[in-house]
Amino acid sequence: MSLRERLASGGFAVTAEISPPRGASTAKITETARSLKDWVDAVNVTDNQGSNVRLASWAGSLAVLKTGLEPVMQMTCRDRNRIALQSDLLGASALGIRNILVMTGDHPKFGDHPGAKPVFDLDSVQLLWTLRTMRDQHVLLSGRRLDPAPDCFLGAVENPFAPPVEFRADRLGKKVAAGAQFVQTQFVFDVPAFARWMTQVRDLGLTEHCAVLAGVGAVRSVKALDYMQSHVPGVEVPDHIFQRLRKVPPAEQTAEGIKLAAEIAQQVAEIPGVAGVHLLVAGNEQAVPAILDRAGLKLTRGTDGR
Amino acid sequence: MTAASPVPVHPRLGVRVAYRLQRVLRPNAGYRWLGARIESAGPARALFTGAERQTKTPMFGCRMCGQCALPVTGYVCPMGCPKELRNGPCGGVGADGSCEVYPERRCVWVDAYDRAASQGRAGDLRLLHRPVDHRRWGQSSWLNYWQGRDEELWTDNNGAHP
Repeated sequence: MSLRERLASGGFAVTAEISPPRGASTAKITETARSLKDWVDAVNVTDNQGSNVRLASWAGSLAVLKTGLEPVMQMTCRDRNRIALQSDLLGASALGIRNILVMTGDHPKFGDHPGAKPVFDLDSVQLLWTLRTMRDQHVLLSGRRLDPAPDCFLGAVENPFAPPVEFRADRLGKKVAAGAQFVQTQFVFDVPAFARWMTQVRDLGLTEHCAVLAGVGAVRSVKALDYMQSHVPGVEVPDHIFQRLRKVPPAEQTAEGIKLAAEIAQQVAEIPGVAGVHLLVAGNEQAVPAILDRAGLKLTRGTDGR
Repeated sequence: MTAASPVPVHPRLGVRVAYRLQRVLRPNAGYRWLGARIESAGPARALFTGAERQTKTPMFGCRMCGQCALPVTGYVCPMGCPKELRNGPCGGVGADGSCEVYPERRCVWVDAYDRAASQGRAGDLRLLHRPVDHRRWGQSSWLNYWQGRDEELWTDNNGAHP
């Protein structure tokens, strides 16, 4: 069952994330994809995450596809203009990559090439709008016809916790209007705040057109949490999470992080309108089975035995 | 061709005054006639464009993209966003409303939301903005606005072509 089918059938979806390597090999991606295959519906392949050069998202997605797992190809607006982005969608679709996740992308300032030209020719709403038009109207942004048109399942991201918080559900509304069919959120640490955002999202009627996958991350240590708080744009870690992790000895923090992730996954799964979880575990993919087992989510995952 | 790197700027013009000016400057036959006269003469056009730059750069941090979004962004320029986002804030806004690239400055969209909402115009921020036409950099957006060339910059119609 594909991610699109899983969500269309009303099943609870699970996605995870793979970061391609800094090097010319897909061996590690293939290995990770194989280990995740029985646990998740699809796996994101990041696009030069954090503005650091890595193996291309489309190439990593192709490696995942070959293992029999569905990739979600991430596409940022940071490095390519509207010509390259449209061309990439055609290429991905031709290669069998169906799930496309559109995001603005981190600013180059945060990566390993801070002097790079920030492109941002389109923003994420405009890119979703463009890709939807290519698929549904069979035309490019320029109006020129496409033959054949690409097939794709379009995703977006949203950060429910970043200011202006009152506008965040509307911001998702714009993405849905532009073409988003699913959305993966930033790390959920503050479940009540996430639930408030979900209420707005439901009130706007967005869950009827767009499946919401809550971002759930496994934290490996207090140090990792500190780094996340200070270096990952848009991540705000509440004090009670820090306190909880500080209480356990360093050797047990990874296990506590998994426990915490499983609890958050369970809590968000109970919120009306949440269609799945997106496990933000890049670099820590081995935590996926443990989180899902603990959260009891594997058992509720439909009838196809996966 | 783009101007210097974008930096978030808090407008010097109060939002109430800005909305009042908006009513006064709305396109009409008189402005269209005036615009056409200015456009027909090279020096007049250059002078007018220069005056626009001199007015809007100190006031809004205008970078002369030539396709002004100010009327529907609480008169906060989205081209000051380091990512030049015209459809709302990115996910990296700090908890205090700061820009992720310039933490000492406020995110233009946080500013835009507050200003628009204070005048009951938060709904403006839901409009879908089409991609920027990079051929227009350096042009007078006032002339483009009066001549109706700005009418397609944004839409509330989901089905429209981007």
